[in-house]
Amino acid sequence: MSLDISFIGILIGSIMASSVPLILAASGELITERSGVLNLGVEGMMIIGAISGFALMVITDNLFIAIVGSMLSGVIISLIFGFLTQSLLTNHVATGLALTIFGIGLSAMLGKNFVGIPGKEFPILFSSLRESIPFFGPILFGHSIVLYFAFALPFLTNYFLKKTKLGLVVRAVGDSPVSASNQGINVILVRYCCILYGGAMCGLAGAYLSLIYTPQWIENMTAGRGWIALALVVFATWSPIKVLIGALIFGGITILQLHMQAIGFRIPVQFLSALPYLMTIIVLVVISRDSRKIKLNTPTSLGRIFYKEK
Amino acid sequence: MYKNFFRYLISAIFLLGFSVNSNADFKVGFVYVGPTGDHGWTFQHHEGRNAVEAAGIKTTFVESVPEGADAERVIRQLAQSGHDLIFTTSFGYMDPTNKVAKDFPNVKFEHATGYKREHSNVSTYSARFYEGRTILGHIAGKMTKTNTIGYIASFPIPEVIRGINAMTLAAQKVNPNIKTKIVWVFTWYDPGKEAEAAQALIDQGADVIMQHTDSTAPVQTAEKAGVWSFGQASDMQRFAPKSILTSIIDDWAPYYVERAIAARDGTWNQQDTWHGLKEGMVAMGPYNSAMGADLVKEVEQLQKDLASGKVHSFTGPIYDQKGNILVAEGKVADDGMLAGMSVYVKGVEGDIPK
Repeated sequence: MSLDISFIGILIGSIMASSVPLILAASGELITERSGVLNLGVEGMMIIGAISGFALMVITDNLFIAIVGSMLSGVIISLIFGFLTQSLLTNHVATGLALTIFGIGLSAMLGKNFVGIPGKEFPILFSSLRESIPFFGPILFGHSIVLYFAFALPFLTNYFLKKTKLGLVVRAVGDSPVSASNQGINVILVRYCCILYGGAMCGLAGAYLSLIYTPQWIENMTAGRGWIALALVVFATWSPIKVLIGALIFGGITILQLHMQAIGFRIPVQFLSALPYLMTIIVLVVISRDSRKIKLNTPTSLGRIFYKEK
Repeated sequence: MYKNFFRYLISAIFLLGFSVNSNADFKVGFVYVGPTGDHGWTFQHHEGRNAVEAAGIKTTFVESVPEGADAERVIRQLAQSGHDLIFTTSFGYMDPTNKVAKDFPNVKFEHATGYKREHSNVSTYSARFYEGRTILGHIAGKMTKTNTIGYIASFPIPEVIRGINAMTLAAQKVNPNIKTKIVWVFTWYDPGKEAEAAQALIDQGADVIMQHTDSTAPVQTAEKAGVWSFGQASDMQRFAPKSILTSIIDDWAPYYVERAIAARDGTWNQQDTWHGLKEGMVAMGPYNSAMGADLVKEVEQLQKDLASGKVHSFTGPIYDQKGNILVAEGKVADDGMLAGMSVYVKGVEGDIPK
């Protein structure tokens, strides 16, 4: 293997590209969970976003409509979850699981006529700079707009939660809905908004897969990435920046283990395949040892049903 | 009112009795490992099913059936619901097929790419895909500039190892400096993972990508990166028009029609079929003109010679990785050895996962 500097640049570039769906879905779910709602339907919302985005691209031939449409479809399907858990007060875990199963089934049905259609090339930005600058070129340039958005998102999320009044409201609702409600905050409305936002981000994560990463529609194409995103949120102890780190480690080791195979490392392949899961958990557990900080970030009322007595 | 109800019931029972006794509703069932629109493995089996249907025989199919416990349930369900002949179209259905066959001696079973025929009502069939791999190897050896061929492998079963070996032997023949890099993805079908594997191989210097997985993601990745690739199982040209040099195409239709008619007419026998380029079960897609007229002519001749038997994919001397002789000079590998192939030939890097 040529371990020169430009090769490492290309490697980092492909690692970034593979972590995008995890960053998007996990960042969305993080806001939902910080408001005290546990939505296990991430996988289902992602797959719905993937098929909606691809179908709209085929029908309208417009990538902008496809991307916006995928987010809207995430919003619509998460609205079902919101209505059930917030208005009808159903159990979060059961409803979320049902949403995933529903999403996978529905997407397979909707996608029947879209299998086997080649996707469209998604425009990439600054592609000339990518070639001309060694090392930094493939890292910084030549990506889709969605990738840049995904990498800004954890920082925006962090700012939102820590520095804005609305962020404070979300945290208050997640920590103590009763006190928040007594302060005159409409807890149900805030939670609805957070659920819908989470749905939009998961829809976008799915569309990234079907429109940009592997431009095609295939049944069950999210292949469990929604569950990994969910796990990332917990292991990152609800911190947006740690979600980004976790997603990069996971994507990085996934790509690296393929490279190690191609180079011919004499390590059992099955072990290499398990490595991304193992390393992500270890790293995130190690960097989030500070129990005081965990307490600060954990939404105390996560998954608990809230209703206002009238 | 009750009188009427019983009248209906009795006539319904009679009708049911008739439909079971008559042989008019001869039915064939198919079990697929992927969705029918994968444009690869399952797509081609589905085309075969369409041909059976066109021959006037009723068929049903179940798609995306995972290998393992689910498969047995689906096969059993088909057998119970009156199917007379059932095609199970993936290697991992081998044990479930034989298990169900034991309980339904009157139902005929056809298992693709397997080797277990534990009961007299189980046949196996496969295609000599390795003949196609020989052609790909020849092309790859000539087309590569980096002398590195990237190979995306699914599971370490003889079928896949045979393909890797056939390709490497043919590539070595035209280009002794060739190196085969292999990445195992442990899936038949995960576009994201297949694309990542292709990208890793390209980043590692491979300028020809070959796949033994079923989605079109690897050829699309190759197209984007500007390297060569080959279609798998069906003609994938429209997914990567510049990159694809040719495709190995599986044509199951004639076999499926023949076996379905035999089962209907009562002439079905247990057998083990292994057809190749000669019988047309393996076919090649159109050759990309980017190969140059000379090379196209060369491989067209090779294709003819493989079909006529003049050239065999595994002609000695063939050595394993340690240098032990596998096939002596002047001999060709017999079918038994091919069917159970579990070692790499010399020139392939790495170990086979256990």
